[in-house]
Amino acid sequence: MRFDLKIIQNWIVQNSRILDLGCGDGTLLERLRDEKGAQGYGLEIGADEISACIAKGLNVIEQDLDRGLGNFADNSFDTVMMTQALQTMTYPHKVLDEMLRVGKECIVTFPNFGHWKARLHLLIHGRMPVSDLLPWEWYDTPNIHFCTCKDFEDLCSENGILILQRQVISERSFKILTKLLPNLFGDTAIYRLTRSIL
Amino acid sequence: MPEDFPADSVGLVCPQTMAFNTPLELACSRELGPYQLVYETYGQLNANASNAILICHALSGHHHAAGFHDFDDRKPGWWNHYIGPGKPIDTDKFFIVSLNNLGGCNGSTGPTSINPATDKPWGPDFPKLRVRDWVNSQVRLADRLGISCWAAVIGGSLGGMQAMRWALEYPDRIKHCVVIASAMKLSAQNIAFNETARQAILADPEYHNGRYQEHQSYPKSGLSVARMIGHITYLSGDGMGKKFGRELRSGSFEQGVDEPVEFQIESYLRYQGGIFADSFDANTYLLMTRALDYFDLAREYQDNPVEAFKRAQCQFLVVSFNSDWRFAPERSREIVDALMGANKAVSYAEIDSSFGHDAFLLPNERYQTVFNNYMANVFLESIASDLKVNG
Repeated sequence: MRFDLKIIQNWIVQNSRILDLGCGDGTLLERLRDEKGAQGYGLEIGADEISACIAKGLNVIEQDLDRGLGNFADNSFDTVMMTQALQTMTYPHKVLDEMLRVGKECIVTFPNFGHWKARLHLLIHGRMPVSDLLPWEWYDTPNIHFCTCKDFEDLCSENGILILQRQVISERSFKILTKLLPNLFGDTAIYRLTRSIL
Repeated sequence: MPEDFPADSVGLVCPQTMAFNTPLELACSRELGPYQLVYETYGQLNANASNAILICHALSGHHHAAGFHDFDDRKPGWWNHYIGPGKPIDTDKFFIVSLNNLGGCNGSTGPTSINPATDKPWGPDFPKLRVRDWVNSQVRLADRLGISCWAAVIGGSLGGMQAMRWALEYPDRIKHCVVIASAMKLSAQNIAFNETARQAILADPEYHNGRYQEHQSYPKSGLSVARMIGHITYLSGDGMGKKFGRELRSGSFEQGVDEPVEFQIESYLRYQGGIFADSFDANTYLLMTRALDYFDLAREYQDNPVEAFKRAQCQFLVVSFNSDWRFAPERSREIVDALMGANKAVSYAEIDSSFGHDAFLLPNERYQTVFNNYMANVFLESIASDLKVNG
């Protein structure tokens, strides 16, 4: 199981009502259902992913996230999650806004573009980073809105979003460095957020 | 010879008839009865009757959903693509019941039946039925077949409306509800098409205010036009364009040629209208289209579909087709949103197809996969409940 999903599992309270945006083949939803008694729905647009979710007996709804979450009421979920998909949204800030309207809390994970490999790649090659994790060319990629941890945290403070928990993870060999300099050594950022009461 | 039938077919099937002597109280306050229902079954009912599936038919459907009636049949039942061994509604796993609804013209009591009060055909006097009347009559059929709870009730279009009505009115008698290309209520445009079709029948001089049987006549051309109108709405504009384009069946537009021209689509629609009118009853068509128009899932629930679905206890699968404009994906999304609002288990898939509303009857790889995967879980649950009862 992906390490980021394990962290999310630890953050989810037993019997939560959850909404997973871009739920893929339902790996996380299944885990949360079986281990945490979580109930809820996954939203997905991939045909194979939807079929895989149905095979697992999960509730999956074919819905394009770029069309918004207008069909969900305010605060109708304990946690709204989005793993590794924020950077593919047309308007990530609007999606975050919607997630925090529909959910009491939300969890997002994204690839940290401030990672040293990305920085080094750009510095040395003068080209957009292409890696195993993010193998697409700049002109043909689902990832249209990369950001770094610092960028993301700026967005949160500008939009009245409170960071409840943050974990930045990386390959094994950089564990300690990641703790010290997450934006440099972390490749995946995981945030638990809520709307700050103004 | 049974080997004449394809291996994934249920093969030879035989319709059965069940008579009901106690009158059925209808939504319109009238009573109907005694009456009979004609139905078919496929597969074997298990010891605890936990693997039973009800198929609800659409506007012009009937009990013959799968297999063949005799060896000379050119065509199998109307949902043969999805009912059979190894198919989504797997006859090796489930016991499937498919009936002709009350008011139909394929053997169940309907307008062509004799009204015991007059000894004449019911004709236009046959009571106006609503979807809930069909469901109530299906409940009685289930009782007689020893089925206290369906593993799933499944229907497309008007059939999906029956499946949803089951979920609301008999929540403890249905485990899964599969709603395909359906809606919680018809749009004004939908009612408009139905009314135009009805007017075609009513305007036919052979209609005789619905008493055509007594006049030994039949409004064939009216019913045929009604079906042509319906048929247009079941196909997508693109699909029709791809299949027929502006191809001519006869005649020519060549300069200097003066001969009548017939487009392929004209001849196709007339042919379809004609065969339909030969095998269907005009009064049944009026009755069924009205039941469609009248259906409003949440009418009795303060027009609040979320409140309505809160009554349901079952799990749902909702499927729509992107080129279906008669029962558009938006209508299915409304169902899904109401179900999520009511906190019910639901999955939803919007299938790519160019076949419009008809897509729900036709082979489609993605639709088959979604349906298969869902039904596999329905089966596992039905065995699990079986084990619980036995254990």
